[in-house]
Amino acid sequence: MSTFRFNIREAARKPLGLLPGHRLCAGCAEPIVVKQVLLATRGPTIVATATGCLEVSTSIYPYTSWNVPWIHVAFENVAAVASGIEAASKILREKGRSKYDHIDVIAFAGDGGTYDIGIQALSGALERGHDFLYVLLDNEAYMNTGIQRSGGTPLGASTTTTPAGKVIPGKPENKKPIADIVVAHRVPYVATATPAHYLDLIRKARKALEVNGPTFIHALSPCPRGWRYSESLTIDICKKAVETCYFPLWEYDNGVYRLTDRSLAIAKNPGMKKPVEEFLKVQGRFSHLFTPQNQWIIKRLQEYVDAVWENLKSKCENV
Amino acid sequence: MNKIVMGLNGNEAIAFAVKQCDVDVVSAYPITPQTIIVEKFSEFIADGEVKCSFIPVESEHSALSVCVGAAALGARTFTATSSQGLALMWEMLYIASGLRLPIVMAIVNRALSAPINIHCDHSDSMGCRDSCWIQIYCEDAQEAYDAVIQAFKIAEHEDVQLPVMVTIDGFTISHTLQRVEVLPDDVVKRFVGVRKPVEIEIPGMGKVPMILDPENPLTFGSLDLYDYYFEHKVQQHEAIEKSRPVIRKINDEYYEISGRRYGDGFIDGYGLEDAEVAVIVLGSTAGTVRSIVKKLRNKGKKVGVLRLRTFRPFPYREIVDALKDVEVIGVMDRSGAYGGIGGPVYVETLAAFYNSKRKPKIINYIYGLGGRDTPPALIEKMFEELPKLEGGEVKFLGVR
Ligand SMILES: Cc1ncc(C[n+]2csc(CCOP(=O)(O)OP(=O)(O)O)c2C)c(N)n1
Ligand code: SF4
Ligand SMILES: [Mg+2]
Repeated sequence: MSTFRFNIREAARKPLGLLPGHRLCAGCAEPIVVKQVLLATRGPTIVATATGCLEVSTSIYPYTSWNVPWIHVAFENVAAVASGIEAASKILREKGRSKYDHIDVIAFAGDGGTYDIGIQALSGALERGHDFLYVLLDNEAYMNTGIQRSGGTPLGASTTTTPAGKVIPGKPENKKPIADIVVAHRVPYVATATPAHYLDLIRKARKALEVNGPTFIHALSPCPRGWRYSESLTIDICKKAVETCYFPLWEYDNGVYRLTDRSLAIAKNPGMKKPVEEFLKVQGRFSHLFTPQNQWIIKRLQEYVDAVWENLKSKCENV
Repeated sequence: MNKIVMGLNGNEAIAFAVKQCDVDVVSAYPITPQTIIVEKFSEFIADGEVKCSFIPVESEHSALSVCVGAAALGARTFTATSSQGLALMWEMLYIASGLRLPIVMAIVNRALSAPINIHCDHSDSMGCRDSCWIQIYCEDAQEAYDAVIQAFKIAEHEDVQLPVMVTIDGFTISHTLQRVEVLPDDVVKRFVGVRKPVEIEIPGMGKVPMILDPENPLTFGSLDLYDYYFEHKVQQHEAIEKSRPVIRKINDEYYEISGRRYGDGFIDGYGLEDAEVAVIVLGSTAGTVRSIVKKLRNKGKKVGVLRLRTFRPFPYREIVDALKDVEVIGVMDRSGAYGGIGGPVYVETLAAFYNSKRKPKIINYIYGLGGRDTPPALIEKMFEELPKLEGGEVKFLGVR
């Protein structure tokens, strides 16, 4: 059981893991999530990052925004790189060649690096049981290369490879249930989070770090560029994603599912649940859905969201 | 000298050497004909004969990625593969050398698909010619054992800090039981020591070890654009150049502990003192060529053989020097040369002589693709034919 209690006063004094001056866009959720996760660290920590916006914008030689040991290797293999770091840290300690009793290893990757090209390395690392935390920064497209669709892009979203055209109105497929796929590996801890629900996020990150074994946090990470909204709305959009149950907050802790934070409140008080349009209408990537001929897509999205939400509630012990 | 004789095939010899080198992390994936290395090493792990973390990954790409992560933390790491596995690793090869990580990898040479074929040729390792890995091609299981031990010292040398490939011919060496003299564990352990990461000067931090270390947080794998990338690549160029004296020195030092050395570390000649016709060859075929050279020399023919041991760095000066009186050179390449002047060893040899004053006739023999046998009779025919050729020909030896 974690004895961690987040204390904002202490957190304010903790050296930042990711320093200001990076070149992520104004309003980008990625650095917010990263800073929150790094507020949850408990000691020596090493961070590995897959290729993507976070990597290219924080490590432009000869500068670095990282105040923790950090490595980027490639796009699809951050889970394998983290496996190697974790394995080396353990064996060097056993051989008496490490200064540290323990090193926490955190991997950050985008949705492209997780749902798609990185899923093999991720699955392998989860199955082998390495002791590390994998944080998925889900902005629902390949943003670094210019907003191409990924397995994490939702139905109907316009991306540069699923543009809202005259015949095909955005992405034809639903989002892949990545967190469920991770849970199916029977890892000890999986959770969803958003930077708007930061106490929830930090608590989950700490819990995940304290677990011995692979853990996974699926963090929604709105992208003003790719989602086509004003950069001041990032936190607001995270809240809408949760309030509409488009992105419910939950954790899977050694076989037990629980809803957390706002999502728990919604489950207890279903009147709080808002229609998915509330989440969609503030984003340019969905604007084409608000025409009469594309209304059916919103309906299908709502049905999908409802089905996932009902299924999730049925699994959670606290509702 | 300490003499312990074992019966080992090439793969077992490599696994045994790795076991003695106090490696920290081994990560690999099965592929014929390399698999025995992983299996044998797994046995050492299962029987508690070695203190090492063995990570049986889900792909070769991840095998090398694990080594990269582990090596960045300061661990001594090893992996092994063949053919398709090496092809799948290709992206990571350049990253391993670009991050200056002293990883050692055994390559059991095998032809590349398509058509799929499990037997030996060198197209897999020749395909990563420009990945900035040092490449040592071994002639037999004994050399494979010796070269792996040397490889860790070369890779980790402070002037080098680059990954090293040790290659053996698939099946011919990997699966053939041979007499191998091994060194006592403590002798190897003393020879290779413990990996000491190099120290670098960082403004504001002073001298720090170049590893992932929470006390001295460094950034590895930066985005490096037109303002610095080129300089970093030139540093790699300088590092592999600096590996030349290191390879030579370690070949000599190894002789001190084992009584074995391989030429000057780069090339190993036979009959070259007075040869008029010579053949350049690498890998197990060198033994066949040497036996024919002996036979022909017994008949008074002025022939010789130069076995190339390192293809990267390419010993161009040593080759020109060793063949300074040779008039005709046959260069044997065990990989294709599609659309080029000839095979990779041939092209390098031509270039080496172009820059020297001498212009011997140089002929390319592409042989043994997909494991095609190259019997002594064929080699003998090659020596007969060589003096009659013009130079510049690309011939296919043993093709129907
Ligand atoms: C093997 C490989 N394929 C393609 C790329 C090009 N690439 C770099 S980042 C990227 C997309 C990253 O998307 P995601 O993982 O979602 O991260 P984001 O930038 O959205 O945070 C792509 C396609 C690459 N670097 N490596
Ligand atoms: S493109 Fe999107 S994900 Fe990338 S830095 Fe900008 S806001 Fe962040
Ligand atoms: Mg993305």
